[in-house]
Amino acid sequence: MPRMGAMEWRNLRVGLFFVSPWLVGLVIFYLYPIASSLYYSFTDYNVLQPPTFTGWSNYQQIFNDANFWTALGNTAFMVFVGIPIYTVVDIAVAILLNAKVPGQAIYRAIVFMPTLIPVVVLSILWQWLLNPQSGLINELLAAVNINGPGWYASPEWAKPAFIVMTLWTTGNAVVIYLAGLQDVDRTLYEAADVDGANWWHKIRHVTLPSLSPVILFNVILAVIASFQFFTQAFIITNGGPMNATLYYSLYLYQNAFSYLHMGYASGLAWILLIIALALTVLILRSSARWVYYAGSR
Amino acid sequence: MLGVDERTGAPGPAIVGARGRQGLNWRKGGRVLLLEALLIIVALIFLIPFAWLISMSLKPDSQVFATTIQWIPHPVMWSNYAKAMTEFPFVRYFTNTMIICVFVVIGATASSSFVAYGFSRVQWPGREMLFVVVLGTLILPYQVVMIPQFLLFRSLGWVNTYLPLTVPAFFGNAFFIFLFRQFYMGLPSELSDAARIDGCNDLGIYWRIILPLSRPVLATAAIFSFIGAWSDFIGPLIYLNDANKYTLSIGVQQVIGQAPNWTQLMAIGVVMTLPILVLFFFVQRTFIQGISFSGIKG
Repeated sequence: MPRMGAMEWRNLRVGLFFVSPWLVGLVIFYLYPIASSLYYSFTDYNVLQPPTFTGWSNYQQIFNDANFWTALGNTAFMVFVGIPIYTVVDIAVAILLNAKVPGQAIYRAIVFMPTLIPVVVLSILWQWLLNPQSGLINELLAAVNINGPGWYASPEWAKPAFIVMTLWTTGNAVVIYLAGLQDVDRTLYEAADVDGANWWHKIRHVTLPSLSPVILFNVILAVIASFQFFTQAFIITNGGPMNATLYYSLYLYQNAFSYLHMGYASGLAWILLIIALALTVLILRSSARWVYYAGSR
Repeated sequence: MLGVDERTGAPGPAIVGARGRQGLNWRKGGRVLLLEALLIIVALIFLIPFAWLISMSLKPDSQVFATTIQWIPHPVMWSNYAKAMTEFPFVRYFTNTMIICVFVVIGATASSSFVAYGFSRVQWPGREMLFVVVLGTLILPYQVVMIPQFLLFRSLGWVNTYLPLTVPAFFGNAFFIFLFRQFYMGLPSELSDAARIDGCNDLGIYWRIILPLSRPVLATAAIFSFIGAWSDFIGPLIYLNDANKYTLSIGVQQVIGQAPNWTQLMAIGVVMTLPILVLFFFVQRTFIQGISFSGIKG
C-alpha cells in the first residue's frame, strides 16, 4: 500500500468521523454482545446470581436435549418446505404483477399490504381465519365439501398453517422479484419469440435464469427469517400442540426469559449463529451452479 | 403470461402472416383478459383476510363463533370500536407506542443519513470493507445478540424503560444506511466540489446540500422506522414489564390470554393497522423503490 498523503489522512479522518456513530453502535450492540454471549454459553447463569463457569456442559446438554432437536426440526421444516413454496408462489405472483394490464399499480399495492399489518394483529387474525370450527378457511373448504384440518390445533397441520400464513405476508419478496423482472434483457424474449418459444419456455429459459441472482438474495433472506420466526408462534401456539411449533427462536426465548437459563440460551444462540452462517455460505457456494449473471455484472 | 408485457405485439411473423391484424388483436385481447382474471383472483386472496378482520370487528359478540359465513354483520356494531377504546387502555398504550416511535424515527433517520455520508461522499481506505460489515449485520439473526443486549441494558438499569427500545436507533440502522448511501452515490460530485470551493467543510456539505436533496429517502426511512417501531413485538416483550408502560402490541398480546372480547380485539387490530396503511399510500412509490433497491444492489 502506498504511503498516504495529507489529503488521504484528512479523508480518513472525515470518513471515520461520519461513520463513528455506527462504529460505536457496532461495538456496543453487536461485537460486544456476540463475544460476551460466547462467554455466557460456557457458564451457568440465571441472572440473579453471577455466572459460574461450567465448560462445555451447556453444549453437552443441548445436544442431548430432545426439545433442541425438535425445535431444529421444526425450523428446518420451515426452511426446506416453506421456502420452496414461497419462492414458486412469489415468482408466479411477481410475473403476473409485471404484466401491463389496467389496474397494475392497485394489484401491486394489494399484494404488498399484508406485510404492513402489525405482527400481533396478523397473529390474532390468522388464529381466527384458521380456526378449525368457525374459521373462514375451513368454512370455505366445507362449502366445497372438504373437511378442513385442525390447523394450529393439530400437530400435523400446525406447521403447514404457519407456512400458509407466512405466504400471505411475502409481499417484500414479490416486490424484489418485480424489480428483478425489470432487469431482464428484452432482446432475450424477442429471440425466444423468433425461435417459436411458448410462455413456459420463456419463463424456464429466459425469466428464471435472469432472475436467479434475485432468487439467491430472497432465499438467503428467507432462511434468516425462518430462524428468527418467533412472534406468530409465541402468540398463536406458544410451541404447541405437542411441540409441533416449537421453533428455534421460540425455544431460545423460553430458555432465556421463561426459565432464566441465560447460559444455556446463549449456547443456543451461538449454535444458531453457526447454522445461519453455514447455510448462507452453503447457498452462496451452490449459487455458482444455478445463478446466472449477465455479462455486464 | 410473459407474452403480454414484453411484447407490445412483436409475435412471430408467422402468426401475423397467417391471421392478419384482426386475429392478432383478438389473441392479445384474450391474453389481457386472462391475466386480468388471474390478477383479480390473486388480489381477492390477498384482500379477503382484511375484509374478514373488518367484518369481525363489527360483529355482535354472539356471532363470533357462528359457523356460517356472514360478511356483512347484522346488526353492524360500530359500538365495538367505542368500547375497545375505553375498556382496553387504548389511549395509554397508543401514547406509549407513539413516544417510542417518535424517538426511533428521529434517531434512525438522523444517524443513518449522517453515517451514509461517510460511506459514500468521502473516499477513504477501508470504507468498502466496513460497508460489507454493515450489510453483514443486516442478515444477523436478532436472537444471536438478544440475550447479551438484555444483560447489558439490565446492568445499566434500563429494563422497564423505553431506553433499550429507542437509544440503539441513534447509532444508525444498517438498512437505512444502505438506502441513503445508494441515494448519495447518485448525486453528482460537482455539488460537493462547488461547495468546497466556497469554503464549506464536509459537515456543512452534508447539512446544507446533501440532506435537503434527500427528502424522498428521509421520508422512506422515517416511515420504515415508524412502522418497525409501531409493530415491534419482541423488544417491548423483553424490556417492558410494567403494564402502564406497555405498547399497543404488548397490550393486545396480554389481553389474548384472558379470554378476551374478540370483536373488540379485532377493532383494535383495525385501528392499529390503519395508520400504517395510510402512511404507506402516501409514500408508496419511494417505499417500493427502497425495497427494490435492496434486491438489485444487494
